[in-house]
Amino acid sequence: MIYKLLIVDDSKLARMAVIKALSSCYPEWERIEAGSAADALKAVQQEKPHIAIVDFNMPNKDGLELAVDLRALTPDMPIGIISANHQQAVVDRARALGASFLPKPLTEQSLREFLAGASRLLQESRS
Amino acid sequence: MSESATDLVLSELELDALTELVNLGVSKAAANLAVMVREEVLLTVPKVALMSRQDAIKTLGERESRSLVAVHQTFEGEIVGRALLIFPEENSLELVRSLVGSELSHEEIIELEQEALAETGNVILNSCLATIANALESRLKISIPEVLRGDGSRFFNLPPPPAAGANVLFVYINFAMRRRDLEGFIAMMMDLPSLTALQTLLRNLIRRTGAVP
Repeated sequence: MIYKLLIVDDSKLARMAVIKALSSCYPEWERIEAGSAADALKAVQQEKPHIAIVDFNMPNKDGLELAVDLRALTPDMPIGIISANHQQAVVDRARALGASFLPKPLTEQSLREFLAGASRLLQESRS
Repeated sequence: MSESATDLVLSELELDALTELVNLGVSKAAANLAVMVREEVLLTVPKVALMSRQDAIKTLGERESRSLVAVHQTFEGEIVGRALLIFPEENSLELVRSLVGSELSHEEIIELEQEALAETGNVILNSCLATIANALESRLKISIPEVLRGDGSRFFNLPPPPAAGANVLFVYINFAMRRRDLEGFIAMMMDLPSLTALQTLLRNLIRRTGAVP
């Protein structure tokens, strides 16, 4: 199955790192980039991505606040919150939203595991 | 704040990469601090700007008019500069209390203050600088922490004097612990001769990150 991945990070370098890891594990997947929470919300409505990877520390609206909005729009979309800020409080808030927590700098292995889990969830919800 | 001067020296992507590195470093440092004080540490998005030394001092003064206490460490390697963990002096004992526990007496807290501040600064600043150095595949020699009291002009005019030029690369991030009403910031200042070296390291990092296999 080919999925569409939404990558939200205010840093282009950080988006490049996700894209690099993605092209190692799922090269055929489509990707959409957003540099802010506002752009991400627009992209969700226009492009209908299947999975989202969202940076935590962003200006204006942070990644956890965006995840709340994403849950309201698309309750079943797998969401990964990505941050070097692995404080338990941040990890707990991500999990309370049903999102996964991915540590920065992102490794290919942690992205692969997250995306494999997300694919399984999407397939189960379709069958 | 001279945004235009920044654009002249570092490209948009290089500046983005530097901001992201600082973000990585500070986020890890905040996670370590959160373990030490057993509560959540909130962070702002880092600001990175090229400005005159005087403007950097002014920025510090505008942000905080109270007496300040800082833990100061210098770093040197391919890039040279100084990093400071700064908070209002009136927060200092509360920070120490949050680190060592509230069962100690006021006298014991005062006795521990200097040592506790130095150690906190050491953990935070080292974790931040080490993350940045590793990402840049560079090495930084980090000095022993020194606790200072005073204001921004004192902190940023410490010896050794800048190698050249009045401009500095100034980085700052606010942090706060709401439950204890504690706040402060982390500031880093790099002298300009380091900027060419930094630019090379950033370009290499961007190349490595962008190299799609």
